[in-house]
Amino acid sequence: MNVKELIAKLDLKTLSEGDTDLPVTGCYCGDLLSWVMSRAQEGDAWLTVMGNINAIGVAALTEAACIILVDNAALDDDALKKAQENDITVLQSEADAFSLAVWINRLLNPEE
Amino acid sequence: MDPVKLHYDISGTDFTTAGEASGKIKKTLKSLGFSPAIIRNVTIAVYEAEINMVVHAGGGEIDAYVSPEKIEVVLVDHGPGIPDIGLAMQEGWSTAPENVRQLGFGAGMGLPNIKKYSDDLQIESEVGKGTTIRITVLNK
Repeated sequence: MNVKELIAKLDLKTLSEGDTDLPVTGCYCGDLLSWVMSRAQEGDAWLTVMGNINAIGVAALTEAACIILVDNAALDDDALKKAQENDITVLQSEADAFSLAVWINRLLNPEE
Repeated sequence: MDPVKLHYDISGTDFTTAGEASGKIKKTLKSLGFSPAIIRNVTIAVYEAEINMVVHAGGGEIDAYVSPEKIEVVLVDHGPGIPDIGLAMQEGWSTAPENVRQLGFGAGMGLPNIKKYSDDLQIESEVGKGTTIRITVLNK
């Protein structure tokens, strides 16, 4: 599944469109940036409420497939600009992190 | 091959540029063909140190020396220094101000993360004068 398919299946709102052909291979939930930095993996859909510029930096450095702002958390103007500069896809959902993580798990592991 | 030398001046107040040096070092390591695991270790360690520099020390300078055997990164600041390095190394210990915590930092993970992702970490700090951090990641 790539980011484009994830957007369609979870009806996510695109706030910044990066490379949506990137594969989504996992999911990580977290808001403490140092914590996320050391644990999120390349290809993860990162679920967070952190829509600031540093979150974009963490997504770029960890090579997360995309950021999904949960609970309709907002994306700052500075962060939007940096996301566009760095080709980072930032999505938004009104659903909470738990629900999104469960849905993503079902999409990634349909046989379970 | 002679070591590749990189130098960055870090602004002390601008959170919007924090992470740029680690991002550029990452790109350089990628172009030199280092493994993703090595690149990840260096990037996380340097990013944490860079954020510390902005949060606590009013900025500073970062020099990176890249050779086929290892990557060494030296971060020098002239901030307030660390009174008790042992305490600062404890996971969860933080002196970050509230505005920094609201940005998702200040969880007391910075120095522990640097240690975790490097092969060697040397911290020299004098209260009132500043801190020098040397991070070494071996290319193994």
